[in-house]
Amino acid sequence: MPLPAEKTELEDSPIPVGKAASPWGNATFRSVALAAALVAVAILLLLVWQLVSDSLPTLRAFGLKLLASEDWNAGAEEYGALPFIYGTVVTSAIALVLAVPLSIFTAVYLTDLAPVWIRQPLVSLIEMLAAVPSVIWGLWGIFVLVPWLRTAVFPALRAVLGPIPGVGSLFSGPIFGLGYLSAGIIVAVMIVPIVTAVSREILRSVPNLQREAAYALGATRWEVTRIAVLSYARRGLLGAAVLGLGRALGETMAVTMVIGNSPQISASLFAPGYTLASVIANEFGEAGADRMYTSALFELGLILLVITVVVNVGALLLVRAATTKGGSRFA
Amino acid sequence: MTTVEASGRRLEDQHQHRWRRFKSGAMSALAVLSAAAVILPLGFVLFHLLLQGASSVNVDFFTRTPAAPGSPGGGMANAIAGSAELLALATALGAPIGVLGAIYLSEYSSPAVAASIRFVADVLNGVPSIIWGVLVFGVVVVPMHGFSTLAGAVALAIMMIPLVLRTTEEVLLLVPGGYREAALALGIARWKIVVHIVVRTASRGIVTGVLLAVARISGETAPLLFTAFGNLNWNLGLTQPIAALPLQIYTYAVSPYEDWHRQAWAGALVLISLIFLLNLSVRFLTRAKRL
Repeated sequence: MPLPAEKTELEDSPIPVGKAASPWGNATFRSVALAAALVAVAILLLLVWQLVSDSLPTLRAFGLKLLASEDWNAGAEEYGALPFIYGTVVTSAIALVLAVPLSIFTAVYLTDLAPVWIRQPLVSLIEMLAAVPSVIWGLWGIFVLVPWLRTAVFPALRAVLGPIPGVGSLFSGPIFGLGYLSAGIIVAVMIVPIVTAVSREILRSVPNLQREAAYALGATRWEVTRIAVLSYARRGLLGAAVLGLGRALGETMAVTMVIGNSPQISASLFAPGYTLASVIANEFGEAGADRMYTSALFELGLILLVITVVVNVGALLLVRAATTKGGSRFA
Repeated sequence: MTTVEASGRRLEDQHQHRWRRFKSGAMSALAVLSAAAVILPLGFVLFHLLLQGASSVNVDFFTRTPAAPGSPGGGMANAIAGSAELLALATALGAPIGVLGAIYLSEYSSPAVAASIRFVADVLNGVPSIIWGVLVFGVVVVPMHGFSTLAGAVALAIMMIPLVLRTTEEVLLLVPGGYREAALALGIARWKIVVHIVVRTASRGIVTGVLLAVARISGETAPLLFTAFGNLNWNLGLTQPIAALPLQIYTYAVSPYEDWHRQAWAGALVLISLIFLLNLSVRFLTRAKRL
C-alpha cells in the first residue's frame, strides 16, 4: 500500500518530526520490544520449571516406578501412569490410522485432481472444520456419534473382525460405546484439518516439472501422483502426520467426554480407558490440598509435555525441511 | 517375430493399459470419497447443532442465569458475559506482547535470534492447552488462593502470545524495505518509523492475526477448567471464579439433567456462530487488501 502523496511532505507528516530525535526513544522502544519477544522464551522456561518442581514430591517418592505401574488410586496413594500413557498412545494411533490416509488423499484431490472452482470452497470447509472447538466435538460425540457407534457400527465390527485371530482381540469384549475407539474416531475428525492443510502445502511445493516428466513418460494420473508427487513429498507428508500426532496426543475435552474415564489397560478397543490429558482435566480440580495427588498429576502433565514437545519438534523439522519457504504456519 | 506373437503382445499391452487406466480412475474416485468423508462430520455437527440447539436459543438463554440443577429454565447470560470478559482481558494482555515481540523479530533482531524465538513460539503453539491450565494453576491460582477471572485470562493470554507473534511477524515482513529506508533518509527516528509507518502499513494484517487468535482461544475449555473454574451465578469481578461459555457447555453436557443437555446444545450453537462470525470477518479483512 503506497503512502498517500500529501503525507510524504514533512510539514504534513503524521509523524511528529519537529523535535530533535531523543536518543532515549529508540533505546526504550527497542528494549520494550525485546522484553516482549523474550516473554515467549520466559513462558517456556517457567512451564518446564513449574512442572518439574511440582512433580518433585512424587518423583522423589516413587522415581520411575510411576511410569511402570498400572494402578491409579489416589486414596491409597497409588500413582501409576501406565493406563494413561497407554490410552493416550492407543487413541492417537487410532486417530492417525484413520486420519492420515484420508487427509493425504484429500490433499491430493485438492492439489492435483479437483476442478479449480471446487478447490477454494473445499479449503474453506476444511478451515471451518478446524474452527469447531473440542468441547463441541465432545458434545456431539456423547449424544450423536457414540450412540450410533454403539448400536450400529461396533456390533458389526465385532461380528466381522472379532473372529480373526490376532486382530480379533482388539474388536472383542463388551461394547460400552464410550471407549478407546470412540475417542480415537473423534480425535481423527479433529486432526484431519491440520494434516490436510500441511499435506496440501507440501504437495503444492512439489515442482510441476516432476509431474510433467512423469506425464511425458506416459504415466496415468494415479501413476503421476504416486511416482512423481507422493514419493517426492514423502518426508514432508510424514511431517504432516507427525504434526497430527502431536495434536492428537494432547487433545483433551472431546476425549475426556467420550473415552469413559476408567484407569485400566484393556486389549479391546471397545473398552473404556483414560488419557494423560483427560485425567488431568478430570482430577486436577479435585486433588486440592493433597500434595502427593497434585504432584502426581503435575508429573502426568510433565510426561505429556515431554512427549508432545518431542513429537512436535520432530514434525517441525520434517515439514521445514520439505517446504522451500522454511517454517510452517501450522505448528 | 510372427504376426501371431505381435498381436498377442499388443493384446497384452492393451490389457495392461486398460488396467492402469482403471487403477487411476479408482484412485481418483478414492480421493473424491476421502474429501467427502472429511467434510461429512462438519455437516453432521452443524445439522445437529441447529436441530438440537436452535429451539433453545431464546430470550431467556441470553438474559438469565442457570436455574438450580435439575430444574428447567434459566439461561447462560453469565457465561456469555464471562466469556466476553475473559476474551477481552486475554486479548488486552496477550495481543500487545505478541505484536511487540513480532516487531522485535522483524525490525531489530538478528536472523539467528529471530529464528530461535520463532522456534520457541512454534513449540509453545504445540503445547496441549490443558498444560496451560496446569501452569496457570501453579503460577496464579495457588498464590492467589483461589480460582479467578484473572487466572483464566492469563491462561488464554499465554495461548494467544505465540499465535499473534507468528502472524504479526509474517505481516511485518511483507512491508517493503523501501518504506523504512525512505523514512530513515528523512531523518525520522527508528522507533517512530516502526510505529507510524511499518505497523500502520501492516495494521490490517495485524488485526486479522489478533482476530484469528481470538477465534482460536474462544472455544478453549481445557485451560479454563482449573483457572476460571466456572460459576453458576453472576460474577464479573477479577478475583472470583467466573463462568465461560465453553466451560458451561462442558458442565451441562456431562451432567445427568435433560434440560441442561438441551442448553448445552444451545450454548454450542451460540459459540460456534460466534467463532464462525470471527472467522468470516477475518476473511472479509484479508480479501479487501493484501496487508
